[in-house]
This record gives sequence, C-alpha cells and structure tokens, in this order.
Amino acid sequence: MGDRESGAAVTTVIFRVQRYAPEDGAGSRVVEYRVPVADGMTVLDGLIHVKERLDGSLSWRASCRMGICGSCGMWINGRPRLACQTQVAELGTGVVQVRPLPNFPVIRDLVPDLGSMIEKHRGIRPYLLRRDLDELERPTAEYTQTPADMERYVQFAYCIKCGCCMGACPTLATDVRYLGPQPLSQAHRYNADTRDDGFEERREVVSASAGVWRCHFAGECSEVCPKGVDPALAIQRVKRELVFHVLRLRRRPTPAPLAPPAAGLERRPGIPEPPPPTAGTL
Amino acid sequence: MRETKFWILHMAAGLVILALLGTHMAIMHLGELLRLVGVGPGSPIEFANVAARGRLPIFMVTYIVLLAAALFHGLFGLRTILLELTLSPRAERAVTVTCWGVGVVLFLVGAWAAVAAAFLLPGGAS
Repeated sequence: MGDRESGAAVTTVIFRVQRYAPEDGAGSRVVEYRVPVADGMTVLDGLIHVKERLDGSLSWRASCRMGICGSCGMWINGRPRLACQTQVAELGTGVVQVRPLPNFPVIRDLVPDLGSMIEKHRGIRPYLLRRDLDELERPTAEYTQTPADMERYVQFAYCIKCGCCMGACPTLATDVRYLGPQPLSQAHRYNADTRDDGFEERREVVSASAGVWRCHFAGECSEVCPKGVDPALAIQRVKRELVFHVLRLRRRPTPAPLAPPAAGLERRPGIPEPPPPTAGTL
Repeated sequence: MRETKFWILHMAAGLVILALLGTHMAIMHLGELLRLVGVGPGSPIEFANVAARGRLPIFMVTYIVLLAAALFHGLFGLRTILLELTLSPRAERAVTVTCWGVGVVLFLVGAWAAVAAAFLLPGGAS
C-alpha cells in the first residue's frame, strides 16, 4: 500500500478466486475481482485487498506474511505457492488464478483441511527418539553434534509444513493413503540426525504399503517447496537406508552422547540463574 | 519390511531380465551378423536350432530364470499399479495373493515346458 501512496505504478490485475461455502450446498465457483497492484505486492496483499475493500466473506489462512509460518499455501497460477512469497509481478500475467491447495479437503474458499498431513506427520514420530528416556524427559546437558553432522539433516529441518509439496504430489492425488513428501522428508530429517536413534521405530511406517515405495519420483514436491527442503531427495535417501537395512549394509550409528559439562566458566555478573524446571516436577 | 524386500527383488529381477534379454538378443542376431562375414551358423530361429538349444541344460536353466524374473517383475509392477487405486487393506491382500497365485501357476507351466524340452522330448538331455 505504501508504494501506491508514494506514487509507484499501479496496474489492475484480475484475481480469479475459487470460492466454496459448505453451507451453500452449491459446490465451488470462481469469482473475479479487479485488484489494483503496485510493484512488490504479493498475492496475499491482493487477497487482503479483496477482503478489506471488495468482499469481506472471502476466507483464507495466513499469519506471518514472511514465508515462515506456512499458513498461506495455495494453488496460484498452476502450482502450489506461498501467497505471501509470491509477488503478482513475478507471475507475469494480468490474471491471477487462486485455488485452495489440491489433495486436501476444502473447509471454505482457500482454506484447506491439513489434518491428514498432520496425522501422517505425527505417525512418523517427528522428534528425537532415544533410549535414554530419563535424559530426554529431564535434560541435564546438550547432545553433542558437529556442524558436519548438522549439515546432513538441516536442509530438511527447514520444512514449515505449508503443504505445498503435498498439493503438488501426483501420487497423493490418486492415492490418499500415501504418506506423501512432507511426512517422509521429516522421517529422513530425524533419521539423519546424529542425536536420534529412532530408525527402527520409523522403519515400519515408512516402508509400509503406503510408504516410500509408492513414490514415483516425479520431483514436483521439490520443485514447489518454498523453503528448498527437497523432499524428493529425502525420500530417495529413506529408500536407500531401507534397502541397506534389508541387505544388512546399514551401519547403525551410535547416537550422539551428552556434551561434557562446561569447565572453567562462570556466570557473568548480573545474569540471573535459570528458573527451576517445570516439567516432571509433579 | 515386506515392501522393501519386494522392491529389491523387483530391481534384481530387472537386472536379470536385462542380462538374459541381452543374451537372447545376441543369440538371435549375432548369428545373422556373423553370417554377413561368412562365418555364421544356421538361422537361430529354425526349428531344429531352437529345439537343439532347448535340449541343453544351460538353456533350460536360463529359460526358467528368465521366466521367474519376468513374471515377478511384471506382476509386481501390475500389483503396484493396482494398489494405487486406493484399495481397502482387504482388497490389497487379495491383489497380492492373486498376483502370487497367477505368477506361481504361470511359472509352473512355463518351467514344465522348459524341463520337458530338455529332458522329455526325443533327443533331450536324458
């Protein structure tokens, strides 16, 4: 909006937005809105303009407006994108077509029901699994990890669960039980973490009938990922780990040990003591 | 881990098919190429030559291995396609059992033909 106030060039772009209201019982329809667009305006800015000035009933999901929260994933001009990271000018057209993410049920307008992805994500146990449960529950120190160790998984830790990869996956489009790129890439994210010892627990889930072997390696998930996670690569690495496991070629790494207590360090003056732990004290 | 084992067998069967089909192509066409320079044997597709090869135990084994590899590779691929129709777990089991059943029956019939050609027909290895 600031650009328009400062006199930057403004053009009118047509937003063709798919609308759906379950209470209507009329199915989805496409509604056109004429939106004034200035340089730097994103598709999310355009949708906000529609809601504030043209049609207050339009629904979508958004939060951070800076590509961090993953809320505004939607189908924009033929592919899943984050509305807050997609500038209207970069689309290079006077018509912006906006639909909810495919492969998910639609709650209303541009709001998909991501529940299936969250359930699948939960199913691969996306957290550190170790045998030292007491340490996990009541941590006394950090687990050691070198920068090189972190490089093995950090790319996959950038996932913001926007669902763009799931919306682009052609396998998921025909098989709703397929786990999909988001949960599978997160399974690899934790399997590749040297602090984790949960490969055995995740193995049955990712190698099941609906697991990695359904992937056709179309690669669309990696094409559309707004954070560069490359889920297709993660899935191939999960496949490799599974094959190596069956062929008994996989070396079971020893999970990272606890870091030794810091020696010779003193708290700086004026820095207060940490509060007592709240977990596990009942 | 069953799916992982199936997938590994699928890939292994593909490699076997690649090697044995390469051998098949060489047998079918190398003779023609050799004949161009005047040193080739008779046509590999003449009945007498086909029957003669079938009587050799090495060819019998090769035919049986190729049959097993092709059946597994093809039927596993068919099963994969069918499972992507989002079947119920019960239907998935039925597809798997049917593929195994069809595969075993076809393998037995084909293997019997190879064994019969090698050992039971006149002039066979026995």
